[in-house]
Amino acid sequence: MTETISMPQPQLAAIAVEKAYRKDKHKVPVLRGIDVEVNKGEFLSIVGQSGSGKSTLMHLFGLLDTPDVGEIYLEGQQIDDLPEHARDQIRNRVFGFIFQFYHLLPELNLLENVLSPLMIRYSTWEYWKQRKKFKQDALEIIEKVGLSHRLKHRPSEMSGGEMQRAAIARALIAKPQILLADEPTGNLDSTTGKEIMDLLTNLNEQEQLTIIMVTHDNLIAAQAHRTVRLREGQIEVLGKSKSASVPA
Amino acid sequence: MYKSLLCLRYLKTRYIALASIISMTLGVATMIVVNSVMDGFSTDMRDRLRGILADVIVESNSLDGVPNTQDLKESIQRAVGKDIEGMTATVEIYAMLSVQYGSQWQSKPVTLIGIDPATKATVGPLSKYLVNTKEGSVPDWELSPEAMAYRKEWTTRAQWMVDRWNHNPPPMEDHEQVSFEEPQSEEPLPKPDFESKATPENPFNSKPQVAVKTKDFANPFDDGLEGKSFDKEEKRDPGSPLKGRVYIGYGLVSFPYEDPDTGETKMFQIVKPGDDVKISTVTAGQPPEPTHFNATVVDLFKSEMSEHDSSLVFCNLEYLQEMRGMIDPESGEKSITSIQIKLKNPEDAAMVVSKLEEALPANLFRVRTWEDKQGPLLAAVEVESAILNVLLFLIIAVAGFGILAIFFMITLEKTRDIGILKALGASSNGIMSIFLSYGLALGLVGSGVGVIVGLLFVKYINQIEKFITFVTGRKVFDQRIYYFPEIATHVEPMMVFWVAVGAMVIAVLASILPARKAARFHPVESLRYE
Repeated sequence: MTETISMPQPQLAAIAVEKAYRKDKHKVPVLRGIDVEVNKGEFLSIVGQSGSGKSTLMHLFGLLDTPDVGEIYLEGQQIDDLPEHARDQIRNRVFGFIFQFYHLLPELNLLENVLSPLMIRYSTWEYWKQRKKFKQDALEIIEKVGLSHRLKHRPSEMSGGEMQRAAIARALIAKPQILLADEPTGNLDSTTGKEIMDLLTNLNEQEQLTIIMVTHDNLIAAQAHRTVRLREGQIEVLGKSKSASVPA
Repeated sequence: MYKSLLCLRYLKTRYIALASIISMTLGVATMIVVNSVMDGFSTDMRDRLRGILADVIVESNSLDGVPNTQDLKESIQRAVGKDIEGMTATVEIYAMLSVQYGSQWQSKPVTLIGIDPATKATVGPLSKYLVNTKEGSVPDWELSPEAMAYRKEWTTRAQWMVDRWNHNPPPMEDHEQVSFEEPQSEEPLPKPDFESKATPENPFNSKPQVAVKTKDFANPFDDGLEGKSFDKEEKRDPGSPLKGRVYIGYGLVSFPYEDPDTGETKMFQIVKPGDDVKISTVTAGQPPEPTHFNATVVDLFKSEMSEHDSSLVFCNLEYLQEMRGMIDPESGEKSITSIQIKLKNPEDAAMVVSKLEEALPANLFRVRTWEDKQGPLLAAVEVESAILNVLLFLIIAVAGFGILAIFFMITLEKTRDIGILKALGASSNGIMSIFLSYGLALGLVGSGVGVIVGLLFVKYINQIEKFITFVTGRKVFDQRIYYFPEIATHVEPMMVFWVAVGAMVIAVLASILPARKAARFHPVESLRYE
């Protein structure tokens, strides 16, 4: 189903989203009617305790999962009910993912990991034709995250901070509209975590990149423009900005 | 792009998967070796059978043969003349061959084939199989100078022995008493006692009668044709060859033995060109009566097919016809039992057979291809080959199950990677094709190495056989048992191609299930997989 949303239009919106997981024979509700809007260029943090549903909400935003009830809108267009191949393409072209455990492909080196979204997007022939440009783009991004000296290194040969910066570079190579970061500093020491946060803040400020960040650390969350706090699958507190408006 | 890159990386880093294709490699190599050996055996055997038997054989239904040979040949020419390259008439009959070694006589059943070497050479490479005849030349019934010299030498010695024996017989026990004929003026040597009437007519009956059992002493100069006018009329040089001439199967007159010093199998030969042998068979006509004659060995026939080398004796056609009474005394017309035909194109054999079957009366003749004639043997080889192929293909199928199991393991191991790829936008089909191409790559490597190993094994199979024999002390390929002196191989490129393709298809099929499973992984669950 496709709907047009009246202006002002948020870039990404979750409307009355509910999600439950089945554990053995029991249904465990995770999200119980969530309404969140994210505007273009906004840095939104989602905080909450473990099991509050913040990662699930991020997965729903990123089309890694589908809501049981409710809808997800991108630029006013419902995207959660799209066929699988269309959702795959949106994931590749619109979203950039950063995970707590970096999730780099262990068989590929840094450069290949960074280039992987482009490899997925284009056919072999198309990729081969543009390989030099892609490589140049990748080198620039890798330089931006400060990993030029690690080009040929595999993830197992890098530190946690380096791997997270590599993951950020990989998320940026496809020039995404929205960056989804799931506990990006959760596995890093405070100094490295601060470096990563500085990097994200810069990206948001300088390139107007929309960032949705899931974290359980209030200090980290405080660096965002706005914070959504989840508690038992529901929004508890809305942060600095006003309450998210539900598209009509 | 990411599919081939990951597939290549998995291939380089997942050695466990490479281990899974060892059985595939072995299966492919074994299939190539077995098929090459079976094919080599079959091809070699077919070549030799065809060389001996010709493409098409027209046989009379009776061992008495058929007269009017010329008419028969003309009928054949009319029916399929344009397809024929060569044709020869033969007389084929079962016989007993007796050869003397020392004081012992050895008799063996043989297939006696009366041939005309000149026309026989037009239907098959006869000279190729004659030990002392140059390949490509037209064989004849003349003794080579060496054989002639050998014959002169031994006949002189034997003549002396006979003379000496007849004048000074050694003392014997009664039951071992031997009866001899007195040397006659024209035929100075004792005749063999094949004929049952020999004993009652023995001119030595006037001597003290002690003959409980008569023991034949070979008379090398006698055709065994007492009463036959043609032999009585002339007085021959005892050293000259007899009228009957034969090519004898090598296996009939030679025996393998293991050299105690070297351990090698060598052949011990009891008859050489220039020697004489006895042949007993039956006459044509009703009822068939025993007949026998002596013949001089002109050459040895060695096709390297033990079955033929130990059963075939070729004789001069006219002489055999004479001995079997197949020559009409009035008209001089000669009967034959079969006509061998060589075709311009051997592929036309079936068509020629059907035409000949129409042209010739079925009650008198049977028309067969050489393949029909050796049907059971060839069929046995083909059945054996088919069964072996099925069994060996099962080995590759087992290897396929190995790949299936290891692929399931690898997909589990790669669950998180699959989640990452899906998060980055990879489609389920893309994930599936990573694992399918991984299976194909494993199949390529497995069957590629298998092909190389198999072909190398085939190339050096005889050396390998010798090595295994040396290591185990037990002969793997005993030439006394098999048809050929060494393992014959023939590599059919299409066979290698299909075996390799079959192995790759199995590898891909085995990877379908794990690949489908991987494609269906839920990205969120995959990312959370520990």
